[in-house]
Amino acid sequence: MHSVYCKNISKIYHNKKKALNNVSFSFKGKGILSIIGKNGAGKTTLIRILATELVPTSGTVIIDDINIVKNPEEIRKNIAIIPQEARAVQWLTPKQTLISYLMYRGFSYSESKKLAIESLKKLSLTKNLNTLNRLLSGGTKRKVLVSYVLFSGAKIIFLDEPTTGLDPISRSELWNLLKKLKDDYLIVLTTHYLEEAERLSDKIILIDDGKLVAYDSMDGLRKKIKYNYSILISNNIQKMPKFINVKYKIIKGLNSGYQILTNEKDSEKITNILIKNNIKFSINPVSLEDIFYYLVKKTISEDSDNSDNDEY
Amino acid sequence: MNTKKKLNQIFASILLNSIYAMKNYPIMFINTLLSPLSMLVIIVIVSRGALIGVGIEGAFIMTMLSGGLSLQGDLSHLKNDFKLQDIVVSSPTTSFIYMIGMGLSELIYIIPTLIVLLILAILFIHATIVQALIMLIALIIIFLFSISLGFFLSTFTSDVMQSWGMTNVISTLLSTIPPVYYLITYIPMPFQYIAYISPTTYAAEILQSITGYLQITPLNFYVDWLVLIILTVIMLVLSIRKSRWREN
Ligand SMILES: Nc1ncnc2c1ncn2[C@@H]1O[C@H](COP(=O)(O)OP(=O)(O)OP(=O)(O)O)[C@@H](O)[C@H]1O
Ligand SMILES: [Mg+2]
Repeated sequence: MHSVYCKNISKIYHNKKKALNNVSFSFKGKGILSIIGKNGAGKTTLIRILATELVPTSGTVIIDDINIVKNPEEIRKNIAIIPQEARAVQWLTPKQTLISYLMYRGFSYSESKKLAIESLKKLSLTKNLNTLNRLLSGGTKRKVLVSYVLFSGAKIIFLDEPTTGLDPISRSELWNLLKKLKDDYLIVLTTHYLEEAERLSDKIILIDDGKLVAYDSMDGLRKKIKYNYSILISNNIQKMPKFINVKYKIIKGLNSGYQILTNEKDSEKITNILIKNNIKFSINPVSLEDIFYYLVKKTISEDSDNSDNDEY
Repeated sequence: MNTKKKLNQIFASILLNSIYAMKNYPIMFINTLLSPLSMLVIIVIVSRGALIGVGIEGAFIMTMLSGGLSLQGDLSHLKNDFKLQDIVVSSPTTSFIYMIGMGLSELIYIIPTLIVLLILAILFIHATIVQALIMLIALIIIFLFSISLGFFLSTFTSDVMQSWGMTNVISTLLSTIPPVYYLITYIPMPFQYIAYISPTTYAAEILQSITGYLQITPLNFYVDWLVLIILTVIMLVLSIRKSRWREN
C-alpha cells in the first residue's frame, strides 16, 4: 500500500518566483495520479519535490510513511523519475543507456543487460537496441527513457510529460502499458494531453499559478462543474438563437466556434432549437478539457439562468 | 550485498562515461593523449632537453589534473543537457558514489597517457622504487583533489557555456600559472606566493625535490605534504557536503 501525503507545500525559487503556493493533497494505494495545468503552473516543480530532486521552501511531504523532505535517501530505492527535459545520452545506444541506468539502481551488469532488453522490448524498441541514441527520432529517444522505469525496482514512478512528442500510436501503446502498470505501481505523471489524464487517472490534480485548483477523480471533477454536457458548434453562425428557460453557458472562440455547456435535461431543448435553426452541432458528455477550461479560465463569468449568455 | 550494489553503481558511471563512449567513439581515446604530451614536447625543445625530467613530472601532474577538469565538463554536460543528475538523484545512488564512479571513468581516459609518461619516466628520470611510490601517492592526491573540485563545480552549473568558462579559468589557475612544467625558482619573488595558492605547486615541489631537480629543506618538504593533503581533504569534504546534489 503506497501513500503520498503533502501538506502546505510551497516553493519559492531563488529569483523570488513563487512556483507553488500551499499545495496539500493525499493519495493512498496504487494507480495513476495525474497533474495537469497550464505552462508554468508548477507541475514540474511539484513532481521534482515529490521525487526528492528539489527541496520545498516549506511544507511536509510524506511518502510511504517516510518524511522525504528530511530523509530523502530512505525513499530513493523505491522511486524513479523521468524528468521533463531528460534526453537519452547521445553517445550511447538504447541498450547501453538502459544498462547503465539500471546499474545506478544497483543491479549487476548481467541483470541489467537482461532487464534492459526486456524493457526495450516492451516499448517496441527491439530493432533499435544497438543504434546510437543520437540517430533515433525524438519520440523514440523519449521511449528509451521511459523504458528505464519499468524494471527499475521502484514502485513509485514519476513521469514528467512522458508522452510529449510521441505519435498517436506510440502514445496509445504507452497508455496501455501504463494502464497495465497501474495494478502494481503508483504512477504520478504530468501531461498536457487532457485525454490522457482522463483515460488513465484515478485522481487528477489541477494546479494553476502554483495553487491547487482541484483534486479529485474524473467523476468528482465532473460534479465540480454544474454542467455535464457539452454541445459544440464548429461553424461560424450568424446569430445564436435564444434559449429560453434552460440552464446553459456559452463559451465563444473555442476552435472559432461556440461551445454550450448545459445539463442533461436542458440539452434536449437546446439541441431541438439548434436543429430547428438548421445549425450543425455535436454533443458529448463534458470532458476533462471542458472542466479544465471552466476551472482555469479566470475570465469566465458565473453561469446564467435563462437568457443572458455569458461569453468570453 | 550492499557493497556489491555500490560497486554496480560505480561501474554504471564508468560504462556510461568512458567504456561505452570510447567503444562508440574511438577518437575520444586519442584526444586525452595529446594535450599533456604536447606541452612536454614544447618544454623539452625550449630548454634544449635540460628540463625533460621536470617536464615529464609536470605532464604527470597535468594529466591527473585534467581528469578533474574533464569531469567538470562531462558532468555539466550530462546534468544540463541530459538531466542525468536529476535521474541519479532520485535513485539509490548517492552523490559520493556517483562522484567516485565518474572520477574513475576519467581515470580510464588518462591511462594511455600515463603509460606513455611511465615509459618516458623510466627512460629519463631513473627514480628508485621508494621515490616512485612517493610520487605516485602525490599524484593520487592531486587526482582526488581535481575530481572533487570538478564534481563540486559541475553540480552548480546550469548550462554548458558556464561550465566551459569555469574550466578555462581553473585550468589556468591550477596548471598554467603554477610551476608545474618548470621550477618555482624561475618565478620572480613576489609572484612565487601566488603560485602557492594552487595545490599543484605543492605536488610539483614534492616530485621535483624527490628526484633532485629542486633543492628544498626537509621542513619545506613536509609542509608541502601537509598543505597538499589539507587542501585535498577540504575539497573532498566540500564536494561531499556542499555540492548542489538535491536542489534547493
Ligand atoms: N529553477 C527555477 N528558477 C526559477 N524559476 C523557476 C525555476 N524552475 C521553474 N521556475 C518557474 O516556476 C514556475 C513553475 O514552473 P514549472 O516548471 O513547475 O511549470 P510547469 O507546470 O511544469 O510548466 P510546463 O507545462 O511548461 O512544463 C514557472 O513560472 C517557472 O518559470
Ligand atoms: Mg513542466
